[in-house]
Amino acid sequence: MNAQSTRFTVLQRALHWLMAVGILAMLFIGVGMVSTVMPTYLPLLEAHKTLGIVILLLALLRLAVRFVYGAPALPASMPAPMKLAAHLSHYGLYALMIAMPLLGWAMLSAGAYPVVLYGGIRLPSILPQNAGLHALLWQAHVWLAFAFFALILMHLAAGLFHALIRRDGVFESMAPVARPREGTTPAE
Amino acid sequence: MAQSPPPTSRAAIGSLVLIAGVVAAAAGAFAYTGGFLSPERLTPPKLVGALAPPGGPALGHRRNHAKGICFTGTFQSNGQGAALSKAPQLAAGSYPVVGRFNLGTPDPNAPDATVRVRGLGLQITAGGQVWRAAMIDPPFFPVATPDAFYALLEASHSKDPDAMKGFIAGHPEFATFAGWAGSAPFMASYAEDAFNSLNAFLFTNAAGTTSAVRWSFRPQAQLEPLSPADFAKLGPNHLETDIAERVAGAPQRWTLVLTVADPGDPTDDPSKAWPAGRRSVEAGTLVVEKVEDERDGPCRDINFDPTLLPDGIAVSDDPFPAARSAAYARSYNLRTAEWKDYPYQAPAKPAASTAQP
Ligand code: HEM
Ligand code: HEM
Ligand code: HEM
Repeated sequence: MNAQSTRFTVLQRALHWLMAVGILAMLFIGVGMVSTVMPTYLPLLEAHKTLGIVILLLALLRLAVRFVYGAPALPASMPAPMKLAAHLSHYGLYALMIAMPLLGWAMLSAGAYPVVLYGGIRLPSILPQNAGLHALLWQAHVWLAFAFFALILMHLAAGLFHALIRRDGVFESMAPVARPREGTTPAE
Repeated sequence: MAQSPPPTSRAAIGSLVLIAGVVAAAAGAFAYTGGFLSPERLTPPKLVGALAPPGGPALGHRRNHAKGICFTGTFQSNGQGAALSKAPQLAAGSYPVVGRFNLGTPDPNAPDATVRVRGLGLQITAGGQVWRAAMIDPPFFPVATPDAFYALLEASHSKDPDAMKGFIAGHPEFATFAGWAGSAPFMASYAEDAFNSLNAFLFTNAAGTTSAVRWSFRPQAQLEPLSPADFAKLGPNHLETDIAERVAGAPQRWTLVLTVADPGDPTDDPSKAWPAGRRSVEAGTLVVEKVEDERDGPCRDINFDPTLLPDGIAVSDDPFPAARSAAYARSYNLRTAEWKDYPYQAPAKPAASTAQP
């Protein structure tokens, strides 16, 4: 793909929506599990660690795909500050989808916890045991999780703003399926 | 890019309201899931908060079982346990151990004789897997559920003089524990205490057969049961000096006994001991070889979370391990964040110590 195309590639769109569902699930599982002492705490924690590592792998794949295929240019009608905001927020989203799982893994490592995923898969420790480091990483994981959710809400609002109000094709560039819009002929 | 005609201003306002609604609904669902809208939910912060003595928690220390001392040693498995579980720790061999003898109190400076419950935190490493456990010396737990444990903590800290009476009326199992607490002797040494898992776990062997198991580390030392008064005479920190001296003289040993439930035995309620005569397996010997102060010892920054288990051992329908895992993680997060406060210097007026399991 190049800057002239109007849509992300199928692979990029598939990854975007798959990961959107996965990341939202992670945020909900995260806050849900740390607020319960019921037996579901354990399977939720296991799902959280497993899905989190899957998201890390998908995010790395996604970045690679992004470097290869690029992204459609934002419409010329978008004011420059709005474009800047779009780009910065996308950097933030990419950074968080890689940082969050690494922080989770590193925090468990620094806490001398074994990192065991679904199916008994054991990951190596990526940091030596250290109480102060564990606490720092834990706080970062928690606060960045809330920042991530806030950024996703803004991103969602912006996406819908493009789709419903600006109607400038930005939403369609990432929409899961191409859908002829009112007022445009299918042939366009 | 594909451009569509802009919406009419009425449609645009409708869309803005819709967007605001979607964002608000997502934020609301998130807040609900996180329990921010449900103050009645028993959360780990609430459960751990309820352990704190009236003067507040000892910052930097475990929120319960705060007084303790580290050790290292080995677990010498005789291989008999492999009949029940394929855990690498139960295959014949000798495996490194890190552990902690402790007292069931949130006060790291509580005098030994004021604390009824003693504990053992243990990690056995084998085949790249850890088995962590935290066990106590009573033969059963005071309450049947984590909710009841919370209710017990609330009642014991309540200013209402009838709170404990009300709690006991609603939790008949507590009377059994109170009977034990009032009559069991105090052993003169950690080396003479038996430490029991109380919670039941599922052991699965190489053939795929699963059994519900509770286990105990039974002391091999000669027992010297003392009355509470005689034990108090030994001094406020006797247990730690004693175990350090004994181990410096010779390694101290406990036998690991695995007890298998009969069909129908309660596996979901640690306040009910299983009847005598159950099948049991002596799986090996815990050998404590070196004792170190908690301060710079290898056990301080470990969370002896009883759900960190090797392949071949899993949680059962007992609701405690999950609740403990959630609570211990909370306590660990707090105490590691307070590492600068360790060892805790209590403010001028020392907090009253309370004994809790
Ligand atoms: C967990 C949730 C989500 C994450 C982490 C996420 C992440 C991202 C990222 C990183 C990009 C930039 C793609 C690139 O330039 O390579 C992007 C683009 C996009 N996202 Fe999301 N997204 C999420 C949810 C959503 C939702 C719910 C919508 C629905 C409105 C949405 C709509 C869009 C649109 C329309 C674009 C294209 C923007 C453009 O052309 O520059 N996203 N998303
Ligand atoms: C996309 C990736 C991830 C997201 C969005 C995420 C999000 C969250 C959230 C929202 C919480 C609850 C924070 C709180 O309210 O206290 C949490 C907690 C936690 N996360 Fe993650 N997480 C991710 C990846 C991981 C990974 C890969 C691991 C480990 C391998 C992990 C381990 C944990 C643990 C252990 C907790 C509990 C912390 C505690 O003890 O309170 N997370 N996470
Ligand atoms: C819901 C009930 C329980 C709660 C809320 C609870 C709470 C706690 C907390 C917060 C700690 C400190 C953890 C840390 O910071 O590392 C702790 C330690 C401990 N608990 Fe529990 N506990 C419960 C049940 C039990 C049971 C059933 C047993 C024994 C069978 C037990 C035995 C121990 C022992 C031995 C330790 C000390 C472990 C060590 O040395 O680190 N607890 N408990």
